[in-house]
Amino acid sequence: MLSAEEWEIVLLSLKVSVAGVGLMLPLAFALAWLLARVRFPGKVLVDALIHLPLVVPPVVTGWLLLIAFGGNGPVGSWLDRAFGITLMFRWTGAALAAAIMALPLMVRAMRLSLEAVDTRLEDAARTLGAGPWRAFLTITFPLSLPGILAGAVLGFARSIGEFGATITFVSNIPGETRTLPLAIYSALQMPDGDAMVARLAGISVALSLMALVVSELLARRFGTRGGGHVL
Amino acid sequence: MSFNGPPGDAPAFDVDVAIRRGNRLIEARFTSTAGLTALFGPSGAGKTSVLDAIAGLLRPERGHIAIAGVTVFDAGRGIDLPPEQRACGYVFQQARLFPHRRVRDNLLYGERLAPADRRFMTLQEASAFLGIGHLLDRWPRTLSGGEAQRVAIGRALLAGPRFLLLDEPLASLDAERRDEIMQVIERLRDELRLPILYVSHDRTEIDRLAGNVVRL
Repeated sequence: MLSAEEWEIVLLSLKVSVAGVGLMLPLAFALAWLLARVRFPGKVLVDALIHLPLVVPPVVTGWLLLIAFGGNGPVGSWLDRAFGITLMFRWTGAALAAAIMALPLMVRAMRLSLEAVDTRLEDAARTLGAGPWRAFLTITFPLSLPGILAGAVLGFARSIGEFGATITFVSNIPGETRTLPLAIYSALQMPDGDAMVARLAGISVALSLMALVVSELLARRFGTRGGGHVL
Repeated sequence: MSFNGPPGDAPAFDVDVAIRRGNRLIEARFTSTAGLTALFGPSGAGKTSVLDAIAGLLRPERGHIAIAGVTVFDAGRGIDLPPEQRACGYVFQQARLFPHRRVRDNLLYGERLAPADRRFMTLQEASAFLGIGHLLDRWPRTLSGGEAQRVAIGRALLAGPRFLLLDEPLASLDAERRDEIMQVIERLRDELRLPILYVSHDRTEIDRLAGNVVRL
């Protein structure tokens, strides 16, 4: 089975992905809501910016993160001065890279689920005495929840596989930033690393497959809701 | 069950609005003192838009709306109450039941939010009145069209409305169910004495129900 070192790699990967997705979840939802429900100038541009990590070479995203969040970068130096937080060469930086790369997928899934909620149901709630916030929390949010969770799981799957932006931004440090894909890359370059590559690759495939199945099952739920005479 | 009708001699509905929908301007002007006022006109005349404006879901370009003596919108005086403060019982053309709540929780959605002094019915009374007591534990998607429409009426009544807006509540029903809901509406008009604005494009419905007809 897995060696202690390999277990450490798996656990670090899970930590990085969970932290990254957890941190990004509120922002992803806010952006999804903005894109689904609000008309504002420059919307196309915001939409394109969110999707940029999906199409730009990951190494470029990593380099941009390095410029912004590095020790001398505007955000990086401010985080250091204000909170004593350093992201570069740390697992927290790997979480940020993973989160940025996962953002487009998360926003897409959440946006679709929000758009599937009929705004006329919110109108009905308003006429029944609910203010905008209550209508959102009691109608829109629960009805889009399966899609929100699907987006989170999809983001998690994407985070687990993140390679290019991570290695560029936080390098490949054992025990700190060496997640599954980075460990596989390192093992490939070792003369006797074949068995380790196979084991780690197997875990990667299993984790991704699980996440995709869960996300698909969740996404189906909001598709089948609301049949019959409700709308 | 008790409801004190509109204070003084104020008309049930005093509406004079212009509503912009895309390139169209929908204009409606009427006052009515009847128990049930019908808003009559061909499909696409903007009847639903007028109801939405009265409910506060659409903001008219100009004009005013007063119901039973309470001004809920007046462009000139800068009055525009949000929908949740207008206390209107709106029964939509399609029931718009909340799909993630059982019938009971649909019925109680507005009841829980209504101030005690505005409620005039309990869940038990509304269930008996509408004949939906046996549906309380069902999910909305399992209801027939007529059942869903009765639940929608119950949900609106339990929120303690000061007036009712009914938007073609018979449109999606077969003849038998139509008669059933029509009887419910007659009882709303005669027993609860809530001001009702009723939208329809069907002459026979209107002849049977309305005390006053407004053409749009």
